[in-house]
Amino acid sequence: MASTTKTNSARRNSIQTIGFSGLTLLAILTVLPILFIVVYIFVKGISAISVEFLTGFPSNGMRSGGIWPAILGTVLLTFGTAICAVPIGIAAAIYLSEYAPDNRWTRLIRISIVNLAGIPSVVYGLFGLGIFVLSLQMGTSILAASLTLGIMTLPVVISTSEEALRAVPQSFRVVSRSLGGTQWQAIRRIVLPQSVSGILTGVILGLERAAGETAPILFTGAAFYLPTLPSSALDETMALPYHLYVISTQVPGMPSDIQFGTALVLLVLVLGLNLLATIIRSRARRRRMW
Amino acid sequence: MEVFITSAIKVAGYSAILFVLAIFVFLLTEGLPAIREVSLSVLLSQRWYPIEGYYGILPLLFGTLLVTIGAALIAVPVGVGTAIYIAEVSPRWAREILKPLVEIMAGVPSVVLGFIGIIVLASTLRQVLSLPTGLTAFAGSLLLGAISIPTIVSVAEDALDAVPRSYRDAALALGATRWQTIWKVTLPAARSGVITAVMLGIGRAIGETMTVMMVTGNAPVMPTGLSSLFEPARTMTATIAAEMGEVATDSTHYHVLFLIGIILFLISLSVNLTASAVLLRQRKRTERILS
Repeated sequence: MASTTKTNSARRNSIQTIGFSGLTLLAILTVLPILFIVVYIFVKGISAISVEFLTGFPSNGMRSGGIWPAILGTVLLTFGTAICAVPIGIAAAIYLSEYAPDNRWTRLIRISIVNLAGIPSVVYGLFGLGIFVLSLQMGTSILAASLTLGIMTLPVVISTSEEALRAVPQSFRVVSRSLGGTQWQAIRRIVLPQSVSGILTGVILGLERAAGETAPILFTGAAFYLPTLPSSALDETMALPYHLYVISTQVPGMPSDIQFGTALVLLVLVLGLNLLATIIRSRARRRRMW
Repeated sequence: MEVFITSAIKVAGYSAILFVLAIFVFLLTEGLPAIREVSLSVLLSQRWYPIEGYYGILPLLFGTLLVTIGAALIAVPVGVGTAIYIAEVSPRWAREILKPLVEIMAGVPSVVLGFIGIIVLASTLRQVLSLPTGLTAFAGSLLLGAISIPTIVSVAEDALDAVPRSYRDAALALGATRWQTIWKVTLPAARSGVITAVMLGIGRAIGETMTVMMVTGNAPVMPTGLSSLFEPARTMTATIAAEMGEVATDSTHYHVLFLIGIILFLISLSVNLTASAVLLRQRKRTERILS
């Protein structure tokens, strides 16, 4: 009897050991490709990086020269996205966290946000093409692309900002109201300042996604090649993600160091935003007053 | 003044509904004319060759299906396994490394993955599997798997974290091993969250565009079975991205591409509605148990 129990528990333990090893293996399978991709692009791309590459124009059918117009274009589009998405996104988050009653309409808003987040990026591209480029006659432009990316980014900004606002303890609001402040004063003077770093983290994460997207700008504002920089919001622009797509599929005989250099710049830009968000978040956690 | 601000905030709050409706209505107005211009038997045929008026969307639909099934076969076990590892098994230091790495993966632009797919993955696949070309549905599946894994890991891990400590303690106190506790207690308790995670991950894979366009070889052929994984394919998203830039506005081809957009919209709508319904039902049940 005792020996049966013993073998039984020995068997159970070995099953557990095998199982845990399997799970560890799966976790390694998850992270290996990430490490590989980041390290590989860094190693292969670093030799292409030079002042001339970062600040020069493409030449010789993009097979030499720099990628400055694409870098600038992505920065412009990211700013444009921020201008479109941030005010509406934060206001919507304030509504959901501070004002919205718990009723059918609010549930409908939440369902809409979830669905907005799930719509494929190329469908946003279709929508942007139809409504901004054609119907509103903005043409393929920085404006149309920023609006398209802005709507796509909206759900990320709303849900992360709402989370940050909700993290502010209810008592802060109650105290402010009991001192005679209005609801808006409580939000403006207490809740928003207390949640600003959380909101900023969410905004940056949303913009990170927008900066790396290609499909929504394919037909709304990205140009294959431009000899000059855009001079207004109604001009087309080159953009890093689209440029990487172009030079890795559309241009024959493309030197690989320029491809890897472009991929590296895009990766650094996007992961840099990610790092920034992480730093803001962890600093805010340390300084939190509650 | 305050009245003005409050109403502006309220309008912004309702904007999400407005945008979803606007997108849907707009897709409908641009896409539905396709049904009048192209007969249903042509739309449901197996040949996609728009230049000669063949608008059969079945190869594209099945192309998406094939690539997505391949991706799910990879991403579901790896993603859920990783989430279990992070939430239940890993030592603290491993978690501190794994979580940021998964977040980084979620941030890698899809065009960068497509680029790596072309440069590294496709040539490796061609040599290892001795295929005529490495740009196949399988290459797309591998990369889409990598794209959906971060979604699955983070949502499933949240669900596992939300299982009360006392459930595990009770199982362990009854003499169950940690392994048994995971399978018999924690995972069943987090079931709906894990299902949601899987659905959202697959939803991401269906909607992904640039990566599949770059690595699947872009041949709109009807898959004949799982062996078609090792042949070129073409998804719905890639078709829109590849062809929309070259069509004339309001042409039949233009309308059919919007029709494909409607299909993609409806798929993502149903995936997300089901996922939130699953979560909502779970929340109600938990409230009932805890009250």
